[in-house]
Amino acid sequence: MWDVEIRGMASAHAIIASSIFLATVIPAVFLENFSVYGTHMVWLYSVAGSVAVVNIAVFRLLGIIPPTKKNTLSFKINRLFRSCLYFLLSCLFYHTVVVLYGAPLLESALETFSLAVLLSTFTTLRCLCILGPNIQAWIRVFSRDGALSVWDTSLQITTGCSLVGAWLGAFPIPLDWDRPWQVWPVSCTLGATAGFLTGLLVAPVWIHWHRKLLTYKLK
Amino acid sequence: MRLSSSVFALLCVMCEVLSIALFLRGFFPVPVKSSLSSESKASDLPAEPLTGSGTNSSESPGPVFRRVVIVLVDALREDFVFGSDGLRFMPYTRHVVERGSSHSFIAKARAPTVTMPRIKALTTGSIPGFIDVVMNLNSPALLEDNLIWQAKNAGKRIIFYGDDTWVRLFPKHFMEQDGTTSFFVSDYTEVDNNVTRHLDDTLKRDDWDILILHYLGLDHIGHISGPHSSLIGPKLTEMDDIMKKIHAALISKESEGTSPNLLVLCGDHGMTETGSHGGSSEPEINTPLVLISPAFRRRGGFEEPGVLEQVDLTPTLALGQGLPISKNSVGRLIPAVFEDLSLRDQLRFLQLNGHQLSCLLEDNNPTFHKEDGYELFRVAEKSHGSWMKLYMDGNTSEVLGNIGKKVLKQYLEALKAMSSALSKQLGKYDMYSMIMGMILVLQVLILLLLAMPEALSREAVVDIPLAASLFSLPFYLLCLLGSALHVLICTSAGGLCYLCSLPWVLVFALIILSSALMCALVAMAARRMPTSSKSPTKGSGWTLSELDVVLLVGTVGHTLSLASSSFIEEEHQTWYFLLNTLCLAVFQDVCRKYFSEQEEGGEEESFSSFSPAVELGMSVGSEKWLALATPLLTLTCCRLLRSLNHTGVQWAHLPDFGHWLNSGDHKMFLSLLGALSLALIFLLIQRHCSLVSKIALALGLLGVYSYRAAVGNVLFPWQHSSRTVSKGTVEARFVYVFVLGILFTGVKDLLRAQLTSSAGDGGRLKSRGLWEVYSGVVLLVALLFRAHNLPTLACCLLVQTVMAQFIWKRLHYDAAQTTIMHYWFGQAFFYFQGNSNNIGTVDISVGFVGLESYVEAPAVILTALSTYAGPLLWAFHLLCYLTSQRHRAVMGLGHGSYCFALLRSIPAVFYVVLVTGLRYHLFIWSVFSPKLLYEAMHTLVTTAVCVCFTFMDQDRSGRP
Ligand SMILES: [Zn+2]
Ligand SMILES: [Zn+2]
Repeated sequence: MWDVEIRGMASAHAIIASSIFLATVIPAVFLENFSVYGTHMVWLYSVAGSVAVVNIAVFRLLGIIPPTKKNTLSFKINRLFRSCLYFLLSCLFYHTVVVLYGAPLLESALETFSLAVLLSTFTTLRCLCILGPNIQAWIRVFSRDGALSVWDTSLQITTGCSLVGAWLGAFPIPLDWDRPWQVWPVSCTLGATAGFLTGLLVAPVWIHWHRKLLTYKLK
Repeated sequence: MRLSSSVFALLCVMCEVLSIALFLRGFFPVPVKSSLSSESKASDLPAEPLTGSGTNSSESPGPVFRRVVIVLVDALREDFVFGSDGLRFMPYTRHVVERGSSHSFIAKARAPTVTMPRIKALTTGSIPGFIDVVMNLNSPALLEDNLIWQAKNAGKRIIFYGDDTWVRLFPKHFMEQDGTTSFFVSDYTEVDNNVTRHLDDTLKRDDWDILILHYLGLDHIGHISGPHSSLIGPKLTEMDDIMKKIHAALISKESEGTSPNLLVLCGDHGMTETGSHGGSSEPEINTPLVLISPAFRRRGGFEEPGVLEQVDLTPTLALGQGLPISKNSVGRLIPAVFEDLSLRDQLRFLQLNGHQLSCLLEDNNPTFHKEDGYELFRVAEKSHGSWMKLYMDGNTSEVLGNIGKKVLKQYLEALKAMSSALSKQLGKYDMYSMIMGMILVLQVLILLLLAMPEALSREAVVDIPLAASLFSLPFYLLCLLGSALHVLICTSAGGLCYLCSLPWVLVFALIILSSALMCALVAMAARRMPTSSKSPTKGSGWTLSELDVVLLVGTVGHTLSLASSSFIEEEHQTWYFLLNTLCLAVFQDVCRKYFSEQEEGGEEESFSSFSPAVELGMSVGSEKWLALATPLLTLTCCRLLRSLNHTGVQWAHLPDFGHWLNSGDHKMFLSLLGALSLALIFLLIQRHCSLVSKIALALGLLGVYSYRAAVGNVLFPWQHSSRTVSKGTVEARFVYVFVLGILFTGVKDLLRAQLTSSAGDGGRLKSRGLWEVYSGVVLLVALLFRAHNLPTLACCLLVQTVMAQFIWKRLHYDAAQTTIMHYWFGQAFFYFQGNSNNIGTVDISVGFVGLESYVEAPAVILTALSTYAGPLLWAFHLLCYLTSQRHRAVMGLGHGSYCFALLRSIPAVFYVVLVTGLRYHLFIWSVFSPKLLYEAMHTLVTTAVCVCFTFMDQDRSGRP
């Protein structure tokens, strides 16, 4: 039973990772002078969009989203609305945090917000996909020993890795090398993406490795 | 030997300070100085060489120039004259450079490219050692042999107008002077008008020989808006007009029969593309040097100017005026200036310059005989002698001229070699002292690390096996080995090392200390060994919280970041970043405590510890929200403070809030902000004080405001007319009285606490006494901080109060964690104040608060206090906090002191090792050395903090 779940997760992660890869490659075919540094915003939103779409599709197909008792239309719309609201709130939250970290308040606000959107896509959107717009569940997952399934653990790992990646990505900014990737927020978005990819890779491996130690309360 | 943690930490830090001092002594080259203390006199000049008998005159040839006008334009970059800017904005000067009788050069300034050391270099001809610059930050009179002194001694009348650094350097040298202060950098017209207004009158007069003008406006424009600003052009044109005016006046005074006049245009240093200076980048060190005199040949067009050292101007001017070259000058004269003199005079000048350089070389280099330049000079002097013999014999053939040319060339080569040998002397490191200091510092660090489990244990007692190691055989062997090495090094190195010049008793004590430490280390490591094999099984239960991970990663990461020059320049960013992460980690901890654990056992929590919110009359529910808001408030404060002062290099030029406040138009706002901050400071600090101290504090803070009003920083609400700006001495002294009063009350309470027999009473008295001392220090800092920095102080106190109330007390952080957080906050506030790792940001004006004139001791102490106000206030707060928390963490003070020592040692020791490795790095003088001084100073400050901790921790042993 374990192996099935881990294999399923590994393939889902592989699909998400390849979507990032495709989002980097495909616009280069269609758009002229597309590059990761030069047209950074385009790249950023293409990655964010593709990750969002693939995430939603994969988790809908896999049926990870906890089944709901009520299945009426109004409930679904309510759910969708709340999800969007949470996503927006999380973008604003990340934006605030990044500004507190020292990003300029007014100039390049768009860039900062785009970084917030990307981070939200990597973290909040996956939470919404796996846990639904349920704050109590989020708090449970992110408190110590709160994971109830492999998906919860994977969520912890990818979220942590994305954030740590963005955090580490800020380090090269003060260096006086004058490289294109030192421009705000390129290094941070690259760091977050790299962190997210690492998280996708690490999660199945880590769970596989520790499967003896992980004892989830059975659903 | 059993020591309590605090004493152990104190001993370690003291040992570290000593060894860092030894390292610094080896690292910073001793400036090249003549051993003779007196100034060089004309009577010491060597005789003109003449083989055989005859009347060899020891007179120097008479002055070549009658009058000299030196126009020193601060921060005049080479391309402002020779580049396209010069073509556009300085047409007259360019015309003279291209067609007039002039010589132009690019003069290379040496780092540090700061005005005062540059003035010293220009007048003494020496290259000031790095340590000189720091020692003389407050610029008292220049005591070294210098051009101005020589000129005055020779009866020349000197007039000076310009930057008052000159007036301070040469207090009684000028016949007439008008110093303008460079304090208000935002002013760039008035400073120059103050110089130019005297010009017309002076140029008409005949009663002077040397006129020095130092224009500051260009430098100020550079600092405000950089070298490409629209203000630069008009300023250069203004300078060009001044050159034109002076040149015309000099030409009109020129008459037949007298020696010609000389007009010199030069810059003290350049500026970077952002308009600052201090480092050693090309645009900073390249300055123009234009010499204009009818004695020179007319030029036929623009040629690429030659390159020379800035100090070369000094011997040239000295000889041109018929003065002896100052003793410590390493410059060589500019041959082009004298090329139209008779060959005899030229050779004589070269000989004088060479003689002075060779004397300096003899004094500074024990192996001077082996130097190429010295040999060359001896040879050249000999051939000079034979040339003179021919010359005296009346030989006037072409052969004589050719021989003379050859001698000239020999002299020039010798001068070049000797000058570069002397300059190289500056780059020599005393490796013996450096390595000795490094070994000691490393030993102390390892000792600190090995003692960690014991020092942070419940007993907080460290057992050092010193006695055992003192009677062991390896100790004596190591001592023997050390002494043998010392003798070997000192006999082979020839007395260049500092340690070799020390009395042998001191050196032997050092060797004993090092060997004993070594043995103790080995013994301690051996004691740890058996436990370390067991520790993995025990360690699995020992988990790190997220906060611990952040603290650990932050400490290690910051230490490693010191290896990069950019990260040193932008160290404030590292600290702000780490502090933010810390606050978020704390926020997460708070969230976890109040959200996920609320179902489990909330009752048991509030039962076990008293609740600060209940004490303040709030419900437990609101306390939860206050606790949640605290990290967010801290984050917001930090974000606001961060935009108050921009420091560092890359983003320092961006307009910051502090500049906006100080710009003059926003005085009203600054006054309001200052008053609000002072009120907030009073509210936050008065809680712990007695009534008398409260009143004194209130009056003191009012005094601070009136001091700022008197100095002209802020406005009084009832006084609108611009009052004359005074020095505010009375107001400042008024505040000092209250500071002393509050400190006295605090110390009295502390002493009474020592005498009280009942423990509870004594504890309360002690805590109150400490808080009073703390508020006295805060009041003093409020006086010293610039008006726009008062919000920094208020925020510091605010963050301390809320963090102590809602975070440190409630979340049960242990003493070590609290200490590390305090250390981080202290570091961040060091940079929030506007400090950086550049010597230039030290605010020296603090040393004059409340003093009529410069007095060394209080000035140094006040400057150090205000520079390190952030770390000191946080350390004192930790002391007060831990003392008032005694019932919870009995060993808190010992742990705190130990953590402080360790946190300071890790980066300091790493940096010392790093700098040794990077000693030939390009940025060693501009980036790494200032940081090294900051690290050393910070270690010294930490020692003071550890002394306080040890003092407060002492009575624990007395009263168990
Ligand atoms: Zn200057
Ligand atoms: Zn300047």
